[in-house]
Amino acid sequence: MKRIHPFALAFACALTCGNALAHGFAGKRFFPATLATDDPFVADELSLPTYQARTLGAEGDEPAVRQRAASIDFAKRITPQLGIELGATYLDLSSAAVPAQRGFDNFSAGAKYQFHLDEEHESIASIGVDWDIGNTGAKRVGAEKFSTVTPGIFVGKGFGDLPEGARFLRPLALTGSVGVGIPTRTSTTTVDEDGNTSVERNPDTLQVGLAIEYSLPYLQSFVKDVGLPAPFDRVVPLVELSLEKPIDRGGGRWTGTVNPGLVWAGKYMQLGIEAVIPVNGAGGGTGVLMQLHFFLDDLFPRSLGRPLP
Amino acid sequence: MRPAQLASFALALGFAPGAFAHAFLQHASPRVGSTLAQAPKRVTLHFSEALEPAFSTVQVMDAAGHRVDGRDGKVDAQDPASLGVSLPALGPGKYRVKWRVLSTDTHVTQGDFTFEVGPSAR
Repeated sequence: MKRIHPFALAFACALTCGNALAHGFAGKRFFPATLATDDPFVADELSLPTYQARTLGAEGDEPAVRQRAASIDFAKRITPQLGIELGATYLDLSSAAVPAQRGFDNFSAGAKYQFHLDEEHESIASIGVDWDIGNTGAKRVGAEKFSTVTPGIFVGKGFGDLPEGARFLRPLALTGSVGVGIPTRTSTTTVDEDGNTSVERNPDTLQVGLAIEYSLPYLQSFVKDVGLPAPFDRVVPLVELSLEKPIDRGGGRWTGTVNPGLVWAGKYMQLGIEAVIPVNGAGGGTGVLMQLHFFLDDLFPRSLGRPLP
Repeated sequence: MRPAQLASFALALGFAPGAFAHAFLQHASPRVGSTLAQAPKRVTLHFSEALEPAFSTVQVMDAAGHRVDGRDGKVDAQDPASLGVSLPALGPGKYRVKWRVLSTDTHVTQGDFTFEVGPSAR
């Protein structure tokens, strides 16, 4: 029976299932948590759930795959500058050629350290590492037996320091990340039902994330009160770009998605929705990404939502 | 956990009683970025959360950076989410309001904005 190739799934999921967490402040700038890309803040928060539905394009002999993914991500500050993150994703995969496959992808864990914060210039930077823990998920949905470790650097910058003549650009902000995904096995050997052996090389991958956002709360509170009524006064339109490129063992081209969307940030939670549009021949159709995200530091400021004593 | 249970847990978290949050500026008088025909006698800031009076401050500066407010900024006893300060008779020009507040859950937020008094003001 034809089956969905695990590497194709893992590659596709790496583009679409990355844990995205962290909201925070740099001076008067509030950065909402981004949905598709990771950002530089160390925070106490919970994404429950992040839901994505899209069709991954056919590639070679592999059929197009309809993917639905529900994720939970939890982040906890250990100190004000150091935090840990845990994540899990449940996948539902189907295609015209095979029955539906369901199960957990590999669990993930990570840590992040914020080493720079400039309140006046609304800038922040962190380093971190993500560990996709091999052999903790279901093989039928493509969870790899090997781990992938991804060290990275994360930055954020608000443009509140622009001159008066450009004051309506002050609500703009960027967050970005660059990391390299390093698999713990350089290749994977599989034997199909007919006894044929195949070897897949597992390249290191360069991973780049970028989010551009225009904060309507910032416009209202610090630039000009234009009279936006609720709920629009708490909306942050944004565009995220998530790209990946194999850099060795055969290499490959840039693939990824561009995600235009909206985030509404309330007192204790935020809601986000984005379109997921493949770029540069990544294939597949436009999908949707949604997230309900809780600010644990606001919900439980004297217990779960603060650094450890 | 079933989806319905997951949704219930999520909603329970979001509407947990007794929760607090960062204090965001909701609106101000004079309005953020406004130009006024008459000089205001007071600046009043309205926040999304109750403030700690001892650690919440507001200042008003003129275009040269000199402080011009009455140095009597305080949280309104009747409305603990409101912070105000008196002003002397301001001449025409641009003024900057700077605030830094502590909400009752100990989160600090800060910000600033400008308003302008038009040339016809006295």
